[in-house]
Amino acid sequence: MSTTTKEELRHRADALLAAHPPHSTTPQEFLAARFDAGLAWVHYPAGLGGLGLPRAWQTDVDAWLEAAGAAPYQRRRNPIGLGMAAPTILRFGTPDQQRRFLRPLWLGEEIWCQLFSEPGAGSDLAAVATRAVRDGDTWRVTGQKVWTSNAQHAQFAILLARTDPDAPKHQGLTYFVCDMRAPGVDVRPLRQLTGEAEFNEVFLDDVPVPDGYRLGAVGEGWRVAMATLNNERVSIGGDPLPRGGGMIGVVVGEWRARPELRTAELHDRLMQSWVAAEAHRLTGLRLRQQLASGQPGPEGATMKLGFARLTQALSGLEIELLGSDGLRYDDWSPQRPEVVDFNGRGPGYRYLRAKGNSIEGGTSEILRTVIAERVLGLPAEPRTDKNTPWKDVPR
Amino acid sequence: MTDLLYNDTEIALRDSVRAMLDKRLTAADIMALYDAPYPRPAQLWAALSDELGVSALLVPESAGGHGTRAREAAVVLEELGRRVAPVPFLTSAVVATRCLTAVGDMAWLPRLAGGEATAALCVPLVAYASTWNATVRPERAGLVGEVRGVADAATGVLIVPVRTDDAVHLHAVDPGADGVSVTPVLSLDMSRPLADVAFDGVQSRPIRSGVEAQRAVDDALTAGAALLASEQLGLAEWCLDTTVKHLRDRYQFGRPLGSFQALKHRLADLLVDITASRAVARYAADCLATNSDDTAVAASLAQAYCATVAVRAAEECIQLLGGIGMTWEHPAHLYLKRAKADQLAFGTPALHRTRLAELVDVPAAC
Repeated sequence: MSTTTKEELRHRADALLAAHPPHSTTPQEFLAARFDAGLAWVHYPAGLGGLGLPRAWQTDVDAWLEAAGAAPYQRRRNPIGLGMAAPTILRFGTPDQQRRFLRPLWLGEEIWCQLFSEPGAGSDLAAVATRAVRDGDTWRVTGQKVWTSNAQHAQFAILLARTDPDAPKHQGLTYFVCDMRAPGVDVRPLRQLTGEAEFNEVFLDDVPVPDGYRLGAVGEGWRVAMATLNNERVSIGGDPLPRGGGMIGVVVGEWRARPELRTAELHDRLMQSWVAAEAHRLTGLRLRQQLASGQPGPEGATMKLGFARLTQALSGLEIELLGSDGLRYDDWSPQRPEVVDFNGRGPGYRYLRAKGNSIEGGTSEILRTVIAERVLGLPAEPRTDKNTPWKDVPR
Repeated sequence: MTDLLYNDTEIALRDSVRAMLDKRLTAADIMALYDAPYPRPAQLWAALSDELGVSALLVPESAGGHGTRAREAAVVLEELGRRVAPVPFLTSAVVATRCLTAVGDMAWLPRLAGGEATAALCVPLVAYASTWNATVRPERAGLVGEVRGVADAATGVLIVPVRTDDAVHLHAVDPGADGVSVTPVLSLDMSRPLADVAFDGVQSRPIRSGVEAQRAVDDALTAGAALLASEQLGLAEWCLDTTVKHLRDRYQFGRPLGSFQALKHRLADLLVDITASRAVARYAADCLATNSDDTAVAASLAQAYCATVAVRAAEECIQLLGGIGMTWEHPAHLYLKRAKADQLAFGTPALHRTRLAELVDVPAAC
């Protein structure tokens, strides 16, 4: 445990600002200096952008730097890198890997994507069939990955691949970092029901991955991947919204602006959604208070289920509310959006995109099973695949 | 800053109330109230008041109480809801106490604080803030009128809203006074029994009149709606815990019932809603405790959300317990009856959604 006080942290931030005044430093230079001063993510170790301090203190650092004119850090620029790759590298990476990957990741110079899901391995992620075969100090990787956001921009990917088909499914996996510019990597846009292509399919054909890019031991990939996915569920909780923010704000705004659309039945349904949205918002607020005070609760697991239910009900209601106007769509062209905003664009887009909220990052069905087993302590369903060699599991 | 967690004082109070209820209340005690409702045993309420001081939680310090400790009162209600405890905490120590506090009464509050007396606001249990009606009128011979469906009215002083042509007045009436008849009603929920109260020329004097009296009743009913959410939370939690335990223990088809996905998923959904109920109920309690400008919204949100979740939890409990849930012997029915009655108490969810729409400017259809 570090003995640094908040006052000393403040001095450190002041020293950074004095040496690199935000108004006369380029944003990228400032970020680099900030990383080197340990003020990027203070809960990371010294030398890796942090100071080994409580995570909650980062909020203070961000506020001090922004108050002095520094541009707010753009978390959305590298969401997979920050939310999933970095904590995994910190926990399972070698010192060399940590030094190599974390700084450019945080600076946004190297964007990351995630090569986990496959056409045959979605909810059943441990069924991953992409093969990695050892060839001296290099692994040769062949297979197909899907639902990969940012693959078209990414320098690196976190990759889950099968290294031992004779072992039971959870035991034959290994976790790698994959260079997305390596020969044999083919990224193709995956068009979805909204018309746009937010995600990609990634085809891997004999792609070389150095053994030095392996995270964790051979055969330990499942354990490493679970740590990554726990980070995903925490990061999907999202930022705090004010009352009436988010999708409920969009729909209530339309309701207020267009009195001619109002009926008694729609009014009660809208208020049911308002109540659900406010209950969800307060649940998120309570979750943050619990995390800040170190008292864990089931909120983290339940938030995502509640969110999907809410956005789907609201976006469906919105189309009915708008009547004929709700049947007009803004753009079916296969766009490649840089930033995904569930509340952006038109009502048709919101309705269609919300369908993904109960699928991406763990389907609502899988989350219910996780909650039932891990929070409520209900027994697992009998399984036939757990102890069978992967190559013998029916598929 | 709103605090939605539980502090150490609140956790200690919870433990004390829970321990006392474990020691002094059985489900059989509550079931007995359905067969022989009166006279109601008063020992449990006396112990909660004397030993734990719960009756004084919302009484101002100037009247011998602990001040407005709404967050602690909410924690007490969670525990009372967990046991569907047949005590007049919500009706007397919350609603009537808030009403008397709002009008600055010094005659009854010290006695309520000490638990020597209880009080009931003489409005229907289903009445809610800003739309309740005073149905009792002053005639030459005294108060005349009837109020149907008043909760916990059979003992204790009645705080009666009285209407004249131009104002509302609050009178305190002894239920034993000449001309008062309190007729117990066989209630859906006998753990919080209703009574019809009739006044036929009852002598009394107002303790407050006019806008202050009106506001005091509104404040009391808002507090009732806000804190009832904590009772509903505790009740829902008991239903979930009981159902989980049953599904873990009971085997059919050679497997624990809880290993079937169809049942697991129902309980996971219920946990999602109960988890949100906790945030909503804590928010309502915190608003009341801090006298927040948002209290009216928080109270209506609390009833619009938590009432429905409690009913669903009780209904899921009955269904997933199977035949056992339909028996008199298993206590699940006590929770269903309380949950359903609570859903109407202080205004139904639909009424509170209508109220919320006004408060947060989501205008109704013309």
